[in-house]
Amino acid sequence: MARALINVPAKAKRGDIIEIKALISHPMETGYRTGTDGALVPRDIINRFICTYNGEEIFSADLFPAIAANPFFSFTTTATESGRIAFRWIDDRGQAYLETAEIAVE
Amino acid sequence: MRGVLKGFALTAGFGGALGICISLAIAQAPPSERKSGFEFMSPESQATQQDDFSNPGMLWVAEGEALWNAKAGATGRSCAECHGDAAVSMKGVAARYPVFFAGSGRPIDLQSRINVCRKTNQDTTPFPLESRELLALSAFIGRQSRGMPITTGEDKRLDPFRARGQELYEQRQGQLNFSCANCHDNNWGRRLASSVIPQSHPTGYPLYRLEWQGLGSLQRRLRNCMIGVRAEPYPYGSQEYVELELFLMTRAMGMPLETPAVRP
Ligand code: HEC
Ligand code: HEC
Repeated sequence: MARALINVPAKAKRGDIIEIKALISHPMETGYRTGTDGALVPRDIINRFICTYNGEEIFSADLFPAIAANPFFSFTTTATESGRIAFRWIDDRGQAYLETAEIAVE
Repeated sequence: MRGVLKGFALTAGFGGALGICISLAIAQAPPSERKSGFEFMSPESQATQQDDFSNPGMLWVAEGEALWNAKAGATGRSCAECHGDAAVSMKGVAARYPVFFAGSGRPIDLQSRINVCRKTNQDTTPFPLESRELLALSAFIGRQSRGMPITTGEDKRLDPFRARGQELYEQRQGQLNFSCANCHDNNWGRRLASSVIPQSHPTGYPLYRLEWQGLGSLQRRLRNCMIGVRAEPYPYGSQEYVELELFLMTRAMGMPLETPAVRP
């Protein structure tokens, strides 16, 4: 499965407020559902999501079981300098993911 | 059709609605009044569908694109090797399915047509119906026709199958004894518990249904409706679904394809 769709403007003017979007493929299994065998399906959700801009954290979130599958994040930041916007998230299985996008600021 | 049905307890599958009164007085919507399920959604759900970066169906489209370009099977050939750029070769294809398939003398839907290529052109096992891979490829191919008008049904050889689809659509079934038309032609725009009854145009499949938390085919949607009236749904892949799809697509002729749509 495509693991995420990331949207960061490729270019911005210094001082612009830019919108950043991340749509992440994940089942977000709550841990409260039972499978066809009657046993609880173990919880497996993304529990933390962090976005950094040239290494500095600009957004982070703790996630809980009430959040639907394939969570969507959207937030804004100020374009300060050219560089890399990185997205990291971690799920209950301890798996860590990384996606990055480049932005050019004039 | 005229008359009033009173006090139906629709508890299974339709959000636990109790004691719904459904009146059967309005006829099928004329073409000028045809509305996609999109128009009955909240502005939030509409916005989710319209922005490719928030529409979760696009995750499947992206996977479908990867599968399109991946070598597979004993022939080691990708879809792209034979079909080239999907934006060109698959443009308009989903908007005219189901088509008449000479190989079987019957209509075939897009998912099964993809599987024909898996089998005969890639020499490998077909994807199971409703599998992530088959939904992904269908969504990717469907996406190439987004915004294009539906043209299904022009082939005269399809006529008897479409007629059969219409019969199925108008036939009462299930413990609640409803036909599809009872809800979708006679009562569209009204509510069944919290859901607005749409006109059942298959304009967005495969689509992301919030209730499913995932992508699903039209067949999955039809199963939901059948279970809702406590009928035994046909098994996946059965001819009845293809005939129903053929009827629904022809009825929606000219409406724009929305794949991958979002629905509640
Ligand atoms: C008891 C009423 C009822 C009956 C009978 C019924 N449906 Fe539905 N159908 C609904 C409702 C309500 C929805 C929308 C559900 C939602 O939005 O959560 C729906 C949704 C649909 C959709 C999805 C449309 C879209 O925009 O994607 C299709 C297609 C459909 N039905 C076809 C059928 C067919 C074919 C039958 C007969 C086999 C049928 N329905 C029988 C109530 C019904
Ligand atoms: C070895 C070459 C080859 C490969 C590989 C192949 N196909 Fe095909 N495909 C064909 C040919 C030939 C046709 C028939 C064209 C016709 O009938 O006009 C076809 C027809 C189709 C059609 C129907 C098009 C229409 O206009 O109705 C679809 C959809 C399709 N292929 C999808 C795929 C997908 C998806 C894959 C990969 C999983 C794939 N094909 C792999 C050769 C190939």
